[in-house]
Amino acid sequence: MGQTIAEKILAKAAGKKEVFPGELINARIDMALGNDITAPVAINEFRKIGVDRVFDKERIALIPDHFTPNKDIQSAEQVKLMRSFACQQEIVHYYDVGRMGVEHALLPELGLVLPGEVVVGADSHTCTYGALGAFATGVGSTDLAAVMATGELWFKVPPTIRIIFQGRLSPWVSGKDLILYTIGQLGVDGARYAALEFTGPVISQLNMDARFSISNMAIEAGAKAGLIPPDAITLQYLEGRASRPYEVILGDEDAPVLQEFKWNVENLEPQVSAPFSPANARPVSSLAGTKIDQVVIGSCTNGRLEDLRQAASLLKGRKVHPGVRLIIIPATPAVYLQAMREGLLEIFAEAEAAISTPTCGPCLGGHMGILAEGEVAVATTNRNFVGRMGHRQSQVYLAGPAVAAASAVAGVIAHPLELGEVK
Amino acid sequence: MSLIKGKVWIFGDDIDTDAIIPARYLNTSDPAELARHCMEDADPSFAGKLSPGDIIVAGKNFGCGSSREHAPIAIKEAGIACVIAENFARIFYRNAINIGLPILESAEAATFLKEGHQVEVNLEKGEIVEISGGRKFSAVPFPPFMQEIMSKGGLINFVKEKVKINYKK
Ligand code: SF4
Repeated sequence: MGQTIAEKILAKAAGKKEVFPGELINARIDMALGNDITAPVAINEFRKIGVDRVFDKERIALIPDHFTPNKDIQSAEQVKLMRSFACQQEIVHYYDVGRMGVEHALLPELGLVLPGEVVVGADSHTCTYGALGAFATGVGSTDLAAVMATGELWFKVPPTIRIIFQGRLSPWVSGKDLILYTIGQLGVDGARYAALEFTGPVISQLNMDARFSISNMAIEAGAKAGLIPPDAITLQYLEGRASRPYEVILGDEDAPVLQEFKWNVENLEPQVSAPFSPANARPVSSLAGTKIDQVVIGSCTNGRLEDLRQAASLLKGRKVHPGVRLIIIPATPAVYLQAMREGLLEIFAEAEAAISTPTCGPCLGGHMGILAEGEVAVATTNRNFVGRMGHRQSQVYLAGPAVAAASAVAGVIAHPLELGEVK
Repeated sequence: MSLIKGKVWIFGDDIDTDAIIPARYLNTSDPAELARHCMEDADPSFAGKLSPGDIIVAGKNFGCGSSREHAPIAIKEAGIACVIAENFARIFYRNAINIGLPILESAEAATFLKEGHQVEVNLEKGEIVEISGGRKFSAVPFPPFMQEIMSKGGLINFVKEKVKINYKK
């Protein structure tokens, strides 16, 4: 009987020939991650365990990205605690402001997470690295402490839900639209405890940035991981980037899965998820005209270069609507630099958008664009729960960068095709 | 310790971690500070009205969203003795076990129990009793491995022992 990609990776990490859904295993961890919210708790727990050193100083990444550049004294204290721990333990992959990017954009960019690996992060969107064919999943701070001490963690092997996208994507439809559509179909708990696997001809055509957006939001359907089998595009992305040797692991064709969905997305419109659930996904046309106050383009979902290119292609020669604030947050310093070289930042500034240094910022209602009571935002982020970007009485519509940019110009939720000619 | 008696507070389906502890309070990991904002975006008055030993009863997918351990910490520190839900989101489930916040999965109890009910919970047996009417529910049992973690008071103690043994080897 065949095994899925998730099962094969976990079996290898557990030193077993095969594993089965439901089985409890202990797996070796290739990379572990913490941020300025979760790492301080993990560090305090680590100190209770009674070991002097972390299991491997090259396999832990500590990224202060949520409230940085430090938004207040308390945040500064949290980062200070991380920094001194990183220094004391000689953690190689600690990145401070200036070198820091949003963790789930930064780690793949630096080649620190690789196909066939088991990666855990004390952050739910750790599932992003599934786009590289890694088994990557979010855990809590205490889990991270245990991994830092031992290099191992327990897992329940998840069953796999396979999603096959067929057809050809319409203009302005990309990875984000596919995943919003998926969550809309499955619901926020439709893949609870399961590993999602995304395949099919549509996926094969997508660049890595679009694939990262898809895997990033697997958690929004409750999934433990969101895997995309590595192919030539994956390998090309890793060339000259991978920080250590890796082994590509692929699933067997005949591997039994819990569920399989085949969706033809030929006529899929760009998707928007209405408040207060990522599963409220609708075609953009059904929400067109909804008045907005703010647009945020950034985050671990859509703050990468392809996302900024898409936004810039719509913003070029246009101005942000006078009633709207557009905030653009390149996810990493390298994205920022490349966006500058390509002239994207100039396009944004001319359109009268605000450009931020890399940070999670408003995505989780931290800083850099918090919403007031009654305000409405379109964001390329991944969650639109009550109060997520600010006031309990504010609202967030989730969309891809194209719809976000078009809406910023229109002042209302808009399909990119509605913008008309540049004057 | 394994016998809990308390008053029920009802919450719905898909209660996310932003509702349990909004990110605006996550610039600290001080448990007492987190407890003050427990469940704030689901019910802003909650932290002010609960009594230690009370019980949260919720629908499906409790604790979905972020991995913040601050969520079960806020609930535990606020004095909530246990959370009963139809089922839990997976990271919350792990976190609760790891930090020693008792949780129980029971769809029947989650449907039957109403706000204000007095409930007795036997954690070892996974038994939930609504005191006035005597209705009894049994929760989904934990695998032995997780029971072991819980009996040690959480993952850190569990790992501590494992590490000691490894050091001796
Ligand atoms: S960008 Fe948003 S979702 Fe991504 S890690 Fe930061 S806060 Fe979390």
